[in-house]
Amino acid sequence: MFDLSPITMSEKNRFDIASIRARLSGEKGSEYWKSLDELAETEEFNEFLHREFPREASVWDDALSRRGFLKIMGASLALAGLSGCVKQPEEKIVPYVKQPEILVPGKPLSFATAFIMGGYATGVLATSHMGRPTRIEGNPDHPASLGATDVFATASILSLYDPDRSQVVTNKRAISTWDKFFAQLQTAIEVQRALKGSGLRILTETVTSPTLAHQMNTLLTQFPNARWHQYEPLHEDNAFEGAKLVFGMPLQTRHRFDRADIVVSLDSDFIAQGPGHIRSARDFANRRRVQGSHAEMNRLYVAECMPSVTGSMADHRLRAPSSHIENIARGLAAGLHVEGVHAAQIGEPEQRWVDAALKDLLAHRGKSIVVAGPQQSPIVHAAVHAMNNALGNTGETVLYTDPVEASPMNHGDSLQSLLHDLDSGEVDLLIMLGANPSYSAPADLKINEKLGKARLSVHLGAYNDETADACDWHIPQSHYLEAWSDARAFDGTATIMQPLIAPLYNSKSAHELIGGILDDSGRKSHEIVQDFWKTQRGGGHGFENFWKTSLNNGVVEGTSFPVKQPALRQPSDGWKFSSPAGDGLEISFRPDSTIFDGRFANNGWLQECPKPVTKLTWDNAAFISPATAQRYHLESNDLVELAANGRTVKAPVCIQPGHADSAVTLHLGYGRKKAGHLGTGIGANANLLRTAGSQWHAAGAEMRKTGESYTLAITQDHHSMEGRAIVRAANVEEFEKEPSFAKEMSEVPTASQSLYPPKEYPGYAWGMTIDLNACTGCNACVVACQSENNIPIVGKDQVSRGREMQWIRVDRYYKNDLDDPEIYNQPVACQHCENAPCELVCPVAATTHDSEGLNVMTYNRCVGTRYCSNNCPYKVRRFNFLQYSDVDTETLKMMYNPDVTVRNRGVMEKCTFCVQRISHARIEAKKEDREIRDGEVTTACQSACPAQAIVFGNINDATSNVAQRKADPRNYALLSELNTKPRLSYLAKLSNPNPALEKPEKPG
Amino acid sequence: MAQIFHPSMKVISRASIIAVLIVVGVLTWVAGAMYRSGYFTNVNDPVEQNVPFSHEHHVNGLGISCAYCHTSVEQSSFAGIPPTHTCMTCHSQIWNTSPMLQPVRTSYQTQMPLEWVRVHDLPDFVYFNHSIHVAKGVGCQTCHGQVDHMPLTWRTNTLQMSWCLDCHREPEKYLRPKEEVYSMVYQQPDDQLTLGAALVEKYHIKKKQLTDCSICHR
Repeated sequence: MFDLSPITMSEKNRFDIASIRARLSGEKGSEYWKSLDELAETEEFNEFLHREFPREASVWDDALSRRGFLKIMGASLALAGLSGCVKQPEEKIVPYVKQPEILVPGKPLSFATAFIMGGYATGVLATSHMGRPTRIEGNPDHPASLGATDVFATASILSLYDPDRSQVVTNKRAISTWDKFFAQLQTAIEVQRALKGSGLRILTETVTSPTLAHQMNTLLTQFPNARWHQYEPLHEDNAFEGAKLVFGMPLQTRHRFDRADIVVSLDSDFIAQGPGHIRSARDFANRRRVQGSHAEMNRLYVAECMPSVTGSMADHRLRAPSSHIENIARGLAAGLHVEGVHAAQIGEPEQRWVDAALKDLLAHRGKSIVVAGPQQSPIVHAAVHAMNNALGNTGETVLYTDPVEASPMNHGDSLQSLLHDLDSGEVDLLIMLGANPSYSAPADLKINEKLGKARLSVHLGAYNDETADACDWHIPQSHYLEAWSDARAFDGTATIMQPLIAPLYNSKSAHELIGGILDDSGRKSHEIVQDFWKTQRGGGHGFENFWKTSLNNGVVEGTSFPVKQPALRQPSDGWKFSSPAGDGLEISFRPDSTIFDGRFANNGWLQECPKPVTKLTWDNAAFISPATAQRYHLESNDLVELAANGRTVKAPVCIQPGHADSAVTLHLGYGRKKAGHLGTGIGANANLLRTAGSQWHAAGAEMRKTGESYTLAITQDHHSMEGRAIVRAANVEEFEKEPSFAKEMSEVPTASQSLYPPKEYPGYAWGMTIDLNACTGCNACVVACQSENNIPIVGKDQVSRGREMQWIRVDRYYKNDLDDPEIYNQPVACQHCENAPCELVCPVAATTHDSEGLNVMTYNRCVGTRYCSNNCPYKVRRFNFLQYSDVDTETLKMMYNPDVTVRNRGVMEKCTFCVQRISHARIEAKKEDREIRDGEVTTACQSACPAQAIVFGNINDATSNVAQRKADPRNYALLSELNTKPRLSYLAKLSNPNPALEKPEKPG
Repeated sequence: MAQIFHPSMKVISRASIIAVLIVVGVLTWVAGAMYRSGYFTNVNDPVEQNVPFSHEHHVNGLGISCAYCHTSVEQSSFAGIPPTHTCMTCHSQIWNTSPMLQPVRTSYQTQMPLEWVRVHDLPDFVYFNHSIHVAKGVGCQTCHGQVDHMPLTWRTNTLQMSWCLDCHREPEKYLRPKEEVYSMVYQQPDDQLTLGAALVEKYHIKKKQLTDCSICHR
């Protein structure tokens, strides 16, 4: 299913960019558009538009012929008929021998722990059903979460149960045992003890864990000549180097977006990536929240190459190749009179953007933020520090602390020096904890040749991956829900991470492996972590209290780092900016928005989650602008060969409106050789083009058409809604003139115009609002819903047929200009229409209304006619064309939410407003003989949303949060002219443009 | 042109049409009857267990309340099956050499749980919650029958949807005062419908809502 070989297509050009551009600038007709295919009205798009189930989706068009299919189905139908008559199978109940006191059978428990990405912790609450962790949600008490999560944290539960996880110790790829490994390790360690560890090297990813840091430091005392290396493919090397230039030491920058009126982002995707991004998204959204008819909002300027989540929120987005950002930073710094910086020559649109941003910044001293992306060079970061200093933002909106990392170092240099030692044969024992450098290191380092030069190499990892393959020993690593540990958040706050389940396999944690080197007592991670904190907080009775409180809250009180006031100075070598590399093509490398650096490559939820803005699934692509495509005579799906730094990679082209010209963006994480069943061999490996010297862009690149084509599974045209007033937006000025502009964009039929008698909902009436002004399109809701509601994945082939199953989708619309469009995001789930068109056409009454106004779906009644989906104007129903739910894999069975039915083939499904959570709250309230309180029911999407864009509750209660939002002037319902009376409504999007930057009228 | 069919075909064709209808009817009736029969529903069919636990002895003979063992019945959807530890609170002292209880002692010694065969098993797409039923005056006995007279446990009701709906449509036919929920000797009064209607009122039971699909299916 996943091994789609490139297909040669000899079709004529699918669309012609020049004519599209002409159409867009000429017509004033459809302002909003979804994709190039829509604009070009290609056959493919029209098919998606006019057929509910495109491309013979109702036919099993696999290798099996229609006749063969009917033969097999005939037989299996007959058997299926019989199987209905079989007696219910016998089931067993297995009670405890000794039931834990806190456990009430059938009731879930929630434990505070932390999810770690790139070394930094996000506090989460993990739900456990009778001992099985089933769900990850945010911890409201944790500063990096405040109750929200992102796609990665939510999907980490799937990684725990991934059947492809490494399960056994291997020695040179043959199955072995921990004891055999440990014996050999002991011997090697004894040798090193004599040598004071001169041949011992340990490679980790970013470490913020106080316990692991303590262990490592103890190890370095015992083996003074040993070295600790770190390599994190997406490390903030440049940010630390930039801080060193102007502060003389590496410092962590913390941004207070909740205090900023003006935010200027230089290639920083702070809403969706980097330490503390969930918190940043919350803080940022809080400054964009508008209530009533008066708008007071922050203003966001973004300069970037590839449209990102942050870019889609921008009031003014400047598309610029990554290498041009440096000159833009120069222009800004010079305008702010940063000593020693002189502006460089930049283009006209850039200059206008810089001038406008400068004016705004200067008008908001101490209330603005300039932020640079981790892929920008150290000098840009240094300039940004100087700018924030010049603006008086330091100490107000921009705070500095010591690095949260236990041992800050330049990861690029660290890996290189390790490889140098390997090359010169100095390494006797190499231990790698969790890292996968074989895949993720830039190709010019030739790491795979060098790893073999260690006399003994050991890899601790969750997967038997590329690095495991290159090492002598591979030890399965415990998942974070299986072992004790600790970690710090972006602000230094420590969390003691508690496991929810004993290791599923014979795995070890990093603490246990390092502990084994320090002493051979075989201590478990629990003891190691607890002992460390005893040294910090003192043992005795007080400790028990401390330990319990910290575990309960998910944060260790008083561990956030104090803010520093560093003195800014000139960089010692002066401001050494580099000049952008001519007009040649450059390739930018960026982390993938769902599988990150490749570590989530085998996570089906993340692979299938349509990536923000691009809506691409299961692949990466060479993203180029329409103009670049024209220049190279390319179309989306053309396979090109990218050449840079003397190496080539083949990747399919995807034309991305809003991308900078003369640049290609290629995301990391794909092209894995050994990731597991899902992640192996898909996409293009960007690491092959990267070099240690220039990790984030390759200048002077080439792009050649191969003549082949490759199918990308992009969901942007699926479930299309034809240019009606779907997204409604205005700028602040228009809004203040006419606060209820959104309502007036469509006519709502009155009660007397309806053929149906009005329905009364005297009790609860559940409703939802989604604030488009806050929504960032980050997908947290999509994956949270997938996890809560047992939604299966379907694979690339099925996605390309429009059969993706996620109950909530984030639609992305472009507006106006083809090259530089505005970007809009709109999450669409079942609208729970009061006059639901789907219910009228169901022949078996499988979809009906309940007395609280929910449009409910009764799976066991559904016979799969799909009439309901045909009749749904919102295209939110999902059909199980095949047996998508995995009901056979033992580990995956453990993951399912027991409160939600697992659907089988032939059944329609859709968003239920998390009816299981409503039921739960209703039962609890009824037992206590009270009403359900406002906020007592939160849907999965709502609780995950970092921007708090989604609000759910009882609309009959005028004091409820949701009822108040429904009374907002910006409130509107989708397709309300159809009189469907949706219970889900939207708050129109607002933008806050700088009047000085009004776009010039287009000629013609 | 000669006649294709002999005149007798008229009778034969009519008879065969009627015969087919009858056969289909009979088959449908047989299937329906089988579906409702004890063979399929397991009603009145005592279930053999590893340990021949007798509710009759424990409930009727010793007077142990339901919730002593089924501890989570008031809090959770699942009433709970007692852990081995609960059995051993008494059986470490009495009948502690009985061969019938050997699996219980083994479980306690080896820390391996006992396995019980489910007597009341709903399909996986049905979500039943014990706690709300107990809180609203549905007696244990109403669904589970005279458990106090069951030496081995069996189902007394079909657990089919029509049976559930019987009460969800007209709960007043079955409700009893909350205090009597665990009672095995409670007798419905002659004016049950009056009492039931009063209890529906008193316990704020929204009758209309009880037949929503989403009450049991999600």
